[in-house]
Amino acid sequence: MASRDDIKFLSNPKIGNRKKKYCRFRKFGIKHIDYKDPDFLLQFINEQGKILPRRISGNSLKYQRKVAIAVKRCRHLAMLPFVTDLLK
Amino acid sequence: MRHYEVTFIVDSVLSSDEIEATSKVYQDMLVGEGANIDHIDEMGLRQLAYPINNRTTGIYYCFEYSAENGDLISKIDLAMRRDERVMRSLVIKLDKYGVQYNDDKRAGKIGKVKKKSSKDDSKGKPSRNKGLAVKNKPAKPAPAVKKPEVVAAAAVTAPAVETATASKEEE
Repeated sequence: MASRDDIKFLSNPKIGNRKKKYCRFRKFGIKHIDYKDPDFLLQFINEQGKILPRRISGNSLKYQRKVAIAVKRCRHLAMLPFVTDLLK
Repeated sequence: MRHYEVTFIVDSVLSSDEIEATSKVYQDMLVGEGANIDHIDEMGLRQLAYPINNRTTGIYYCFEYSAENGDLISKIDLAMRRDERVMRSLVIKLDKYGVQYNDDKRAGKIGKVKKKSSKDDSKGKPSRNKGLAVKNKPAKPAPAVKKPEVVAAAAVTAPAVETATASKEEE
C-alpha cells in the first residue's frame, strides 16, 4: 500500500537520507599514517589547510589523533602549509 | 631493537657535492654509533609549502635506522641543529605498524593516492579493493590493502557528506 505509484508527495521522501559515515582506517585495516605523504593527508584538511573535525571526516578518535599528529609533522617538514588559501 | 626515522631538509643552494657530503656525514655518524641503517630515501628536491630561511625549495632525505636505545637521537638532533646546511629535521620512533608500512611501501604494495576525477569512478573502487583486501589476508597477518586508492574512493563520499552537513547547518 505504501509504495503505490500514484501517491504524490509535496517534498521528496528520500530527502534526509545520509550515507553512513565510517572510519576508513578501521574499515580497511590501515594501522599507520605516514606523515611524509601530503597527498594522502590532503583528504583530512580543508582548503585553508586546517584539519577537518572528526564529525566531518568520520574518523574514530584513535585515528583522528594519529591523523592530527601526522598533519602537524607534515607541516613542520614544510610539506603542508600551516595557513593558506585555495589549497584544493 | 628500536626503529627510528630521521627526516631532514638540506639547503638546495649548495652544490651537489656538498649536499651528498651532508648526507654522508649523518650516515657515518649513525653507523659510527653502532646503529643499523635500514633504508636511505633521497626524496630529492621539493617545493616547500612555506619559506624557510628565505628559501623556497629543499632537498629531503629520510633515513630509517634501528638502534638498541634512544641515545643517538639527541646526538643527531644536536648535530643537525649546529649544521647550517640542514634547515629542518625530525626524528621519530617507528612502532611495529610503521615498520610494516615502510616495508610494504618499499615492496610496492601501497599504491599512490589517485586524484578523484568524477563520482562515477568511485562506485567501482570499493568493491574492487575489498577483493584486494581479501586476497592479501592469507599472505600477511595484517591485511596490506592498497590504502590510498581505497581512501580516494571513500574521500569522494566524504566531501559529499561534508557539503550535505554544511548545507544542513546553514539552514
